[in-house]
Amino acid sequence: MTNAIRTQTENGVAGFGELASLMGLMTGAEKHGPAATSTLDALWVLYDRVLRVSPETAKDPGRDRFLLSKGHGPMAYYAVLAAKGFFPRTWLPDFGTYDSPLGHHPDRTLVPGAEIGSGSLGHGLPLAVGTALGLRAQGLDDPAVWVLVGDAELDEGSNHEAIAYAGAAGLSRLHTLVIDNSSATHGWHGGIAAQFQAAGWSAVTVDGRDHEALHRAFTAPHPGRPHAVVAQVEPKDTGEPKVA
Amino acid sequence: MDTMRERFTAVTSRLLDEDPRLAVVLAEIGRDGFTRAQGRHPDRVVNVGIREQLLVGVGGGLALTGLRPIMHTFASFLVERPFEQLKLDLGHQGVGGVLVSAAGSYDWPAGGFTHMSPGDVALLDSLDGWTVHVPGHPDEAEALLRHAVAAGDDKVYLRLSEQTNQEPRAVDGARFLTLREGRGGVVVAVGPMLENVLGAVAGLDVTVLYASTVRPFDAATLRTAAAVAEAADVVVVEPYHEGTSTRQVNDALADVPHRVLGLGVGRRELRRYGQLDEHLTGQGLDPRTLRERITGFLAP
Repeated sequence: MTNAIRTQTENGVAGFGELASLMGLMTGAEKHGPAATSTLDALWVLYDRVLRVSPETAKDPGRDRFLLSKGHGPMAYYAVLAAKGFFPRTWLPDFGTYDSPLGHHPDRTLVPGAEIGSGSLGHGLPLAVGTALGLRAQGLDDPAVWVLVGDAELDEGSNHEAIAYAGAAGLSRLHTLVIDNSSATHGWHGGIAAQFQAAGWSAVTVDGRDHEALHRAFTAPHPGRPHAVVAQVEPKDTGEPKVA
Repeated sequence: MDTMRERFTAVTSRLLDEDPRLAVVLAEIGRDGFTRAQGRHPDRVVNVGIREQLLVGVGGGLALTGLRPIMHTFASFLVERPFEQLKLDLGHQGVGGVLVSAAGSYDWPAGGFTHMSPGDVALLDSLDGWTVHVPGHPDEAEALLRHAVAAGDDKVYLRLSEQTNQEPRAVDGARFLTLREGRGGVVVAVGPMLENVLGAVAGLDVTVLYASTVRPFDAATLRTAAAVAEAADVVVVEPYHEGTSTRQVNDALADVPHRVLGLGVGRRELRRYGQLDEHLTGQGLDPRTLRERITGFLAP
């Protein structure tokens, strides 16, 4: 794929520098603001340099899949999808309104490029496991499946089920991106990456604002095992309650 | 006679050979029956371990890639425990699949209430667009399973039971069958309740409809039957929570003066073990008690 080419601004496709202004078009979502910016860099590096999917291939069975499990604060996601041309940036200002396809939690049936509807925590990783299994069962061994979760989201038991099974099953095309902004109340003894490793995953922890480090982590080989990238960002500190 | 579950396992194993789109997801329960099929189709027969949320989530993920997943375990672990997964990982994603349950309301009475799910159909009624099949015989289970697998991307629930009628009926996966016609009212018997109902209404001048597919609800056949009767008096006898289909009857007869009695499994926990027949009696669903309840309602 020509990811390097697509980073050039052409045909309305934006670069990283424009994401802030795209996010600024979305108002009325202050509640989830910090949650949104925590994912911005990792999302951008994924869509810009790693994922083999574009508006033209968004329905191609051989595309890479990105599942936003942590559907809270999707402004960065919407900004990246708009920047990559999945839908018009003119949709952004109507964010969250009755007639807008863009809600405060995404709906896959309304948002071009969105693989799942999410918002209720703990659903994306099990869906990603099923997606990886389904692609493999159809001989589609090439597409990568990525799912983004938050560190607090890992509290959900459904994720524990998925992590344990995926490791045991050796789902090597499955990738989990954990955005760690220290929002889990109890955390994980020994750290998040160690928990994935204990379940048989390849796992690496990186600076979630360092694009080169993210890229290296995203593209690290992990033969025979699923791969987790824990992207650490500044702690969430808004005083808002944590919501499932 | 084989059980509905045995028939499900045998037929699904053959369908896996024929239909490359079909996949089966298990959570340990039922895995032994699929050992050979898993050997032939290791990528399409998936046992996720004792993980029922993952069971449904994986089914949703398989469906997102275009496969037709069958998800199977006991009803309490298939519908009740992962209910939000049914709501979100199938319905909200706009994908479907086939849920095949076992154990029903009291198929294993000695196992107690932990393994009973009399509320499964009522729970699914809170979601949009589910087809619900309640076969009364292994032959019907096979026919309805084949309908479910072939139903595109629809969301289908197939409720299998140890409780079985002696004779199969020619079910079509959609309509109620009119088994008897009478003028004294309409009795709708659902799936395995049929023979107890037929015993209960012997000699009564009532119409008997047989429902093996309850959602969508065949309002047209009910309306026709109610129009034949002297009054639109309807009794529904269901093998799960009493009153589950009362709303459907009311909607079907919304423009007709009517009365409706919903019979089925009560909400009250019996806290009894024993045998299936003892639970039917305990719930007032044996032929003698059913006759008392039906005639008490239909008699002027």
